[in-house]
Amino acid sequence: MSKLPDGRYVDDAPYDPDENINRIERADMDAPNWLLVWRKFRQHRLGLISGLFLLASYLMLPFAGFISPYTPNERNADHLYAPPQMVRFFHEGDFVGPFVYPRTAVPDLVNYRWTYETDTTRPMPLRFFCEAGTYRLAGLIKSDTHLFCASEGSTVFLFGSDRLGRDVFSRILYGAQLSLTVGLIGITVSFILGIGFGSIAGYFGGKIDWVIQRTIEILRSLPELPLWLALSAAVPSNWGPVAVFFIISVILGILDWPGLARAVRAKFLSLREEEYVRAAEMMGASSGRVIRRHLLPNFVSHLIASATLSIPAMILGETALSFLGLGLRAPAVSWGVMLADAQNLASIEIYPWTAIPMLPIIVVVLAFNFLGDGLRDSLDPYED
Amino acid sequence: MSLLKYAAYRFMTMLVTLWVVSIMIFFIINLPPGDYLSNQIAELRATGQSSAVEQAEFLRREYALDRPLWQQYFIWVGFMPGPNGFSGLIQGDFGWSFEFDQPVADIVGDALWMTVLVNLAAVLFVYMVALPLGVLAAAKSKTWVDYTAAFVGYLGLATPNFLLALILFYYGNRYLGLPIGGLMDPVYEGQPMSWDKVKSVLLHLIVPTFVIGTSGAAAMMQRLRANLLDELGKPYVETARAKGMAPARMLTKYPLRMAFNPFVADIGNLLPAMVSGSVLVSVVLGLQTIGPALLAALKSQDQFLAGFILMFVALLTLIGTMVSDVLLMLLDPRIRYGRRDV
Repeated sequence: MSKLPDGRYVDDAPYDPDENINRIERADMDAPNWLLVWRKFRQHRLGLISGLFLLASYLMLPFAGFISPYTPNERNADHLYAPPQMVRFFHEGDFVGPFVYPRTAVPDLVNYRWTYETDTTRPMPLRFFCEAGTYRLAGLIKSDTHLFCASEGSTVFLFGSDRLGRDVFSRILYGAQLSLTVGLIGITVSFILGIGFGSIAGYFGGKIDWVIQRTIEILRSLPELPLWLALSAAVPSNWGPVAVFFIISVILGILDWPGLARAVRAKFLSLREEEYVRAAEMMGASSGRVIRRHLLPNFVSHLIASATLSIPAMILGETALSFLGLGLRAPAVSWGVMLADAQNLASIEIYPWTAIPMLPIIVVVLAFNFLGDGLRDSLDPYED
Repeated sequence: MSLLKYAAYRFMTMLVTLWVVSIMIFFIINLPPGDYLSNQIAELRATGQSSAVEQAEFLRREYALDRPLWQQYFIWVGFMPGPNGFSGLIQGDFGWSFEFDQPVADIVGDALWMTVLVNLAAVLFVYMVALPLGVLAAAKSKTWVDYTAAFVGYLGLATPNFLLALILFYYGNRYLGLPIGGLMDPVYEGQPMSWDKVKSVLLHLIVPTFVIGTSGAAAMMQRLRANLLDELGKPYVETARAKGMAPARMLTKYPLRMAFNPFVADIGNLLPAMVSGSVLVSVVLGLQTIGPALLAALKSQDQFLAGFILMFVALLTLIGTMVSDVLLMLLDPRIRYGRRDV
């Protein structure tokens, strides 16, 4: 509030000439819905960064073999439990490009484990676009070119090596392929079941609704993990890694749908009374068509936001199952399988780098949460 | 509907739910082909131990594993007489564990109480942490207090439970001298209750409680904060402020009471997750709850043991949900589930 020379008071708050116009009629709101959502989402800094990060992570998946210097199950018998190595650029004050110092394993007979001696006199430069173990690019194209690898006689373990001398960094990249897609497959299963049952319950009501409602209540009142455990224990042990991976994702999805179905049902209950639904019905549209063409598009964006929020639960679920030995099994590589190696206090104390896979898990789960929050906030562009 | 009537109604629905759950659990446990004994018999035949085969065959008949599946279910629950008359879950006979060669009741025994104890402690922890933090975060929204609370909450949600357990155990032991593993000092195992034993159990409970409760507390804190913020924007709050009420008193007297209902009701949603968490954390930390036994039983198809533990875990969550529903009714006179009298 400020006072003018003639004694009147004037509000200092910035003046918005559009303020009194109905929000929908404002010029900057005259755009397709997706554009409005995008404009609003762009301002949600954390959500935007998380989204970009996740996009990059998923785009990286087909090229995991190219980026990683080793193949996931390649063993280095001379470098068991090797600690992380630093990539350096300056040797004795001179710039020599990225290199590592070679190390040799020395048995420590007192503590009965390997210690590593670093030879700081011989810098071993990294090689780029070099040839090493063969892998399949995107699972299809056979290749043996890697982005970078160590030169002959040295190693490059960015995050150290594990019990069998396998490179933790490479395994994290390969593990991402399974750990990140588990959530996607799971959420697809959950979506199909949730939307299917939810829309049937909400649209038809009556007895079907009652049965589905009770099923949802029962499933929601049960602890998930013991059921996951029981279901995964039923997976035959002679199945291949791919089949196990697939069935685990489906199991994660099967127990996730009730929450979604509930939301869908509530929406249907209110929407089915709308006039356009009545109109469609009178024109002879079948129930399936009304549900798919007229009802679902109304809140599909909300469903996507809620899916984003339930993917992390599945990623954590896969990790927990694999960690307990009932999920994915070696030779499959996932973050949970890797952490199963770090499950005792001794490895946390002596070889803390074997627990590094927890970092990508935390980061990815956080990113999904932030992205979901951002999406949810920006889905109503007409609201402040 | 009076409170008593509602409680009775709620109890009945719980029983029905439990019955459906028992069918589901029995079905899931019998999904893998074969059973513990037929696997064992095949193995014994292969190694040519015929006397042992006979014993296993006897056990198979004794526990009705040679009958059709639906009969097995009814015998297990106790709706139908088995080879030794009625003796199922309802009659208090939990069955035989083939893996440990002992009655299930003997194996789980104390572990049941320990499971209840751990989960109860975790629920208390959730309330004790979420209540003050949630209120604080709402009252001081958009300040560093709020952001710190949100950040810690997100981190709690994102860290896998079992890793948090390992890390906290390690650092708790290293810097605070907290004990590692188990639920009490081995000295007190099998000893009668004493003050020292209680103290030992409490000390051992610190880390597990923290680990199991963190994610639940984080979720609940966020919910309470959101509810309280909604309430704080309402005109009656402005009125209270305008007439000069002290902020702390104003907060606790009106908006907090309004925001409290979801807080109590939420435990019904949280409990399943926490029981899950306790199973996982128990396996990692070697607590003497039913978690490790469940894992072992599932891996070796020890069906009666696994079935009983799953039923117990389900019962625990169902009771928790029921209690929270009844509490909610006590707390909020507006909530009545019966038909409205006209």
